[in-house]
Amino acid sequence: MNSNELLEKIRECVEFGKVNKDVPYPPNMKGMDGADELTKMALEQGVPPADILNEALIKAMERVGQKFTDKKIFVPQMLIAAKAMNASMVHLKPFFQSGQVQRKGKFIIGTVAGDLHDIGKNLVAMIVEGAGWEVVDLGVDVNAQKFIQTIEEDKKAVVGLSALLTTTMASMKSIVGDIKAKYPDVRLIIGGAPITDAFRQEIGADGYAADPQGAVAYLNNIAV
Amino acid sequence: MTAIAAKIQSGKILISDGAWGTFLQQKGLAPGECPELWNITHPNDVFDIAKSYIDAGSDMIETNSFGGSSFKLTAYGLSDKVYEINKAAAEISRKAAGTNRHVLGSIGPSGKMIMMGDITYDDFYEAFKHQAIALADGGADAMVVETMSDLDEAKAAVHACLDNTNCEVICTMTFEKSGDSGFHTMMGVTPAQMTEELVALGTHIIGANCGNGIQNMIGIVQEIRKVNKTIPILIHANAGAPVYKDGQTIFPETPEQMAEFVKILIDSGANIIGGCCGTTPNHIRKIAQLVRQ
Ligand code: B12
Ligand SMILES: [Zn+2]
Repeated sequence: MNSNELLEKIRECVEFGKVNKDVPYPPNMKGMDGADELTKMALEQGVPPADILNEALIKAMERVGQKFTDKKIFVPQMLIAAKAMNASMVHLKPFFQSGQVQRKGKFIIGTVAGDLHDIGKNLVAMIVEGAGWEVVDLGVDVNAQKFIQTIEEDKKAVVGLSALLTTTMASMKSIVGDIKAKYPDVRLIIGGAPITDAFRQEIGADGYAADPQGAVAYLNNIAV
Repeated sequence: MTAIAAKIQSGKILISDGAWGTFLQQKGLAPGECPELWNITHPNDVFDIAKSYIDAGSDMIETNSFGGSSFKLTAYGLSDKVYEINKAAAEISRKAAGTNRHVLGSIGPSGKMIMMGDITYDDFYEAFKHQAIALADGGADAMVVETMSDLDEAKAAVHACLDNTNCEVICTMTFEKSGDSGFHTMMGVTPAQMTEELVALGTHIIGANCGNGIQNMIGIVQEIRKVNKTIPILIHANAGAPVYKDGQTIFPETPEQMAEFVKILIDSGANIIGGCCGTTPNHIRKIAQLVRQ
């Protein structure tokens, strides 16, 4: 396979969630190489890691995000695609660390204090990572102090907050207030089923998006 | 007592209960507190809720055990109290229901997913088995596996109830409207898929709960009836989708607004009507009046 064919194959594996050769999913790709093997192969053949990121992973996750927004696929297909993306990403990590491949910036994300819902937050994290950002996922039930500590390590990071309960929207409001009091210039984007743009304005966050695609659009706007 | 499914087969429309979670919050359950622990610490408040639905005309009431599986109780450090908490939940509801109304042991989702390798089918089965046995020991005569979005998890729970108790088993999933392509759970399950798989398993009653209000439920019932004409259908609709206003959560639909859709819901094929989040004894009273007149 030449490098273009390899990139195309990796893209396909990520889009349809083919993690590696051993997994039976998706049924029509059973027994074939997955994102794991193909990425290794591509690197061995000298395909630039940045091409793998930009031409295969980012393109695949763009399509996955769009299909999810259009309700053509659902949570399981998203999660399995992200798993395939991670299988490829593992091989690219050394090149991120050495600085040979540049990412667009750092995105810190967490579900706010009192809230344990993480499916939506995880999807946003995956799609943003797939869009070429370094993602720091703080998990669920994250308080202001934890967000602030993490921002201290990279003050240019963009911060995403997720809330799924109307009761924890209050907690989102106070966390946004606390972060802004300490770091007025840090950009905060919020989301979650009950969140609206009106609520964003009310609490003084910078961005709101209804889905991962919207989050990527917001971030890419910052990066340029 | 005649089984619920048998009553439906004889042509009856039955009334279920309304919300528990939002009701507990009104009674002072704080965010971050374990709602099911109230069965031990605030049994009188829990009893009040159960009793208020019986007084409103419910033929069946649930138990305060939605998050009573070991998955959820572990998060509160209560993993050793699964039996005690669930048994107490059923005892409280049974006390309010007396001997001629039904008690449905509520079993909610775990929050974990098989496909992500978080958990196996057997783990699900074991945990739901323990919960179901405790609910049956406390006096539940039916189980309601509810708010499910993943079929594997729903099936494990239904199986655990069927195998380990003598209770009737109800299973409802939560659907959203997905554009023009009908309804799906967030995991992509359609009402038709749910129907085919759960009926094949021997589930006695199926249906839908929660979601974005009663109007959507009409389309969901129609989709179920397209593939199965006879399986009894239970519908627990929210009082609309929650809105956040001035620091408060509001479920916008009034009893009158919900009642408007009850007749068409029944005409579409629903057999048991009750409410989910945001519905109150007043909603149930209104629905019961309408159905029984
Ligand atoms: C799954 C679920 C659970 C699971 C969570 C599992 C998990 N690991 O996350 C479990 C069972 C644990 C659970 C528990 C509870 N839940 Co719950 N849950 C849901 C459910 C069914 C789906 C949520 C979900 O994952 N949706 C799918 C994802 C993909 O969508 P999403 O989260 O909205 O995310 C999308 C966007 O919002 C956006 N987004 C999300 N985050 C972010 C962040 C940023 C920065 C951006 C830009 C975008 C963004 O992108 C995502 C992808 O498109 C909803 C109902 C529903 N249909 O929404 C109720 C729901 C959210 N839960 C509810 C409740 C009440 C609870 C409990 C209190 C119930 C109880 N008594 O135990 C507990 C609370 C626990 C806690 N402290 O958090 C209510 C909330 C109502 C309200 N008043 O706010 C809901 C709405 C159900 C209802 N009653 O109508 N729940
Ligand atoms: Zn509900």
